[in-house]
Amino acid sequence: MSLIDLANPTRFLALAARLLPWLALVTVGLLAAGLYLSAVAPDDYQQGATVKIMFIHVPNAWLSMFVWGVMSIASLGTLVWRHPLADVAAKAAAPIGASFTFLALLTGSLWGRPMWGTYWEWDARLTSVLILFLMYLGLMALWRSVEDPTRAARAAAVLTLVGAINLPIIKFSVDWWNTLHQPASVMRMGGPALDKSFLIPLLVMAVGFSFLFITLHVAAMRNEILRRRVRSLQMMQARAYPGSAPASGATGQIVGAA
Amino acid sequence: MDLGPYTSFIATSYLAAALVVVLLIGWIAIDYRTQKARLRALEESGISRRSGRAATDIQ
Repeated sequence: MSLIDLANPTRFLALAARLLPWLALVTVGLLAAGLYLSAVAPDDYQQGATVKIMFIHVPNAWLSMFVWGVMSIASLGTLVWRHPLADVAAKAAAPIGASFTFLALLTGSLWGRPMWGTYWEWDARLTSVLILFLMYLGLMALWRSVEDPTRAARAAAVLTLVGAINLPIIKFSVDWWNTLHQPASVMRMGGPALDKSFLIPLLVMAVGFSFLFITLHVAAMRNEILRRRVRSLQMMQARAYPGSAPASGATGQIVGAA
Repeated sequence: MDLGPYTSFIATSYLAAALVVVLLIGWIAIDYRTQKARLRALEESGISRRSGRAATDIQ
């Protein structure tokens, strides 16, 4: 199956059905291994056991930006190539990205209280990630407020691409401004600054969370394709039987289908 | 495993992550069943796709 074949939603559904069990299996294995390695990782000489929060916080923080990056590429697919699955991919990713961003903020706050003495500080890194979270929520609201998915897709794609400006701001905020947040310690010039005893559990958790995103994203895309089929069948039903009630189990879904 | 004086911060972080992941999985699973049920209901009422294939078909 070539990449172009995946432009067909029916073929994508077939591929998703075959892939999802394997993706779920790999995700569970990686997260189980990551949790075990996190549990047995030594305490940091300065931070003590709170360093274990890093194994949850950092993968979620990475994914909060990565998911917006995926949505940005999908938005280009919507605006430039009008790929039939591009806006499905962007819409399906938004709630998952919002969840990762929420977890990054929450776990960062829980890590900050014992280390910095405060749950929150309006500095550049924390504020720019909060803005990212609000942009995710705004995008989800936009998708729900426009009934026609095609029209919603174009508006959402423009908003997503504009919002992508925030990604380098988040990444380099710790270098450009004074901040409580530590500078990059893994993806930086000169290699990771972390000891292997912390780096390995962190990378395993990061790969595990990445597979979790891929699994959830494929499943959410499958749902979105089915939702659009429901919508198109309901429109056919409305044309065929004007004034008739929707089929049972589908009540009131025309408006909510977008 | 002794987590020291900050056990509550560490445990809350892991529990919150687990809760959010479980909610995401649950939401996606329920959404899947809902959409499949709606498609089945529409097909049983005589509405079918222009291609003639069942909307719930994946092949």
